[in-house]
Amino acid sequence: MSDAASTGTATSSGKPRASTGFAALFHRSPTLRGYLMLSPALVIMVIGVLLPFLILVVMSFWTREGFGFDTTITAANYARAASEPIFGVFLIRSFWVSGIATIVTVLLCYPMAYYVAFHVHRHKMLWIILMTLPFWTSYLLRVFAWKVILGYEGVINSSLMTAGLIEAPLEFLLYSQTAVIIALAHAWAAFAILPLYVSLEKIDRSLLEAAADLGDGPVKRFLRITLPLSLPGIISATFLIFIPTTGDYITPALLGGPDGAMIGNLIQLQFGAVNNWPMGATLSIVLMLWIAAVALVFIFVTRKSKESLI
Amino acid sequence: MSDVSYIKRPNRVLTVYAYIFLVVLYIPILSIPLFAFNDSIYVRFPLQGFTTQWFGQLWARESLWDALGNSLRVGICVAVISTMLGVLAARAITRSRLPGQNAIVAFVMLPIVMPGIIFGVALLVLLSRLGIPLSLYTVGLGHLVVCLPFAIATLLPRFEGFDKSMEEASADLGENGWYTFWRVTFPIVLPGVVASLLLTFTISFDEVIMAFFLTGTEPTLPMYIWSQLRFPREFPSVLALSTIILLVSFILVFVALWISRVGLNKDAGKL
Repeated sequence: MSDAASTGTATSSGKPRASTGFAALFHRSPTLRGYLMLSPALVIMVIGVLLPFLILVVMSFWTREGFGFDTTITAANYARAASEPIFGVFLIRSFWVSGIATIVTVLLCYPMAYYVAFHVHRHKMLWIILMTLPFWTSYLLRVFAWKVILGYEGVINSSLMTAGLIEAPLEFLLYSQTAVIIALAHAWAAFAILPLYVSLEKIDRSLLEAAADLGDGPVKRFLRITLPLSLPGIISATFLIFIPTTGDYITPALLGGPDGAMIGNLIQLQFGAVNNWPMGATLSIVLMLWIAAVALVFIFVTRKSKESLI
Repeated sequence: MSDVSYIKRPNRVLTVYAYIFLVVLYIPILSIPLFAFNDSIYVRFPLQGFTTQWFGQLWARESLWDALGNSLRVGICVAVISTMLGVLAARAITRSRLPGQNAIVAFVMLPIVMPGIIFGVALLVLLSRLGIPLSLYTVGLGHLVVCLPFAIATLLPRFEGFDKSMEEASADLGENGWYTFWRVTFPIVLPGVVASLLLTFTISFDEVIMAFFLTGTEPTLPMYIWSQLRFPREFPSVLALSTIILLVSFILVFVALWISRVGLNKDAGKL
């Protein structure tokens, strides 16, 4: 900011001397100006993302020593992560839970996005605002809200008991993987709806009319035109939900119980109660690597299937 | 409407689904205020009497007001800084073709798709290696990282949406870059700036995943709520506090989305 601002004022106050020095260069070269204007954001990201991540990688090769660290480079943490079953269990469970949550979210949101793209004509903006509004409110509170609904004395259990349909609270509702999946699907719906809506909205309607004229029924039109053309939306929705939810620890901590705890909770433990930061760093890196691997496989598979569709 | 062909006949099943979807989307959020006015410390049906006592109790809590103050301070600073940086970045992205630009943009947008916990612990590790104690500043830095991509994403359509020739005209008429920005570009992108300020403030105000790792001795409001969730007796007053936060968030975000979409519609003539 300061760079661009100070240069800006310099040029505004001194047009005559703008032919020399840095100000002139700034004025004349759009490329330099572009880089300068991008640089503050870039600096923040280097300080806030790149540097921390590099140090995290380094720390993952350290080990804990009493209250401090043994900074000898060793792969001991990685060996531990690979050999002790608990880490694998948590990792697989994270992928399972957020994978199911992603599929459920995309399946539930697709018809919704389709409805707004194809059947809403006059209040599209209102529908989109209404669908994305909850997403901007506190994540913590949205998850907390599900605790209120699914709890032992929550909305569902107390309604069912008052109605005399059940004797005792349904225990599978709270503190279970089901609860985590429900809360995640709800909390991340906006991340599915928006990309799905954008890709559906972009579809050239005349293609559908042409197909109809040539005798394709609604199902065929959907399978041969709408679905393949909305694939980019499906892919980005999948990424936008699967990747962040895999590392989530708020939802499992509030709703997961012992069977619903995920890798995020394990990482959080290492940085908190267990106080083994290097192990926490290792688990974070392992999580990142797994996410990257899954993403690559996913990209590969969808690219293949896209080719076969066309 | 004239382009509605026989393909787009209203589909009753889909319409019903859409309305159910919307209701389910709001049920969890609306059940918080419902129980906040309930005269029972248990969250269950049937509802007891109507009460505002849980809201009244909030007044007496010093720590809550401190937390609110912390969140407001961090939120305002983060909103202003991320919007300023967002304006610069959005202008650079839309007005110049820079070598390596796509890579830079992808890097800056990374926080939208990476798990928050990774950023949280990575920043924690960096700060502790540098010997920087955790404080509201460190929370602010974390929030800045989360908010900046959203600021840029909000501002980009505004910069893309208006006619570049207006800036050129101003330059031709003898205004320098700085004045052109203030008198031509800025007024046009103002709706985007306001929207960005409101959205980034809301994100920071509600953020807990980064704050969890970066908060020192002064908790933000979501961290305060998190600490209260351990005590079942505090449940009703947490509900009351949540109700207020939800209400404020809804208003801010609705205004922000409305401003940014209305602004865009004026330029584009349609959505």
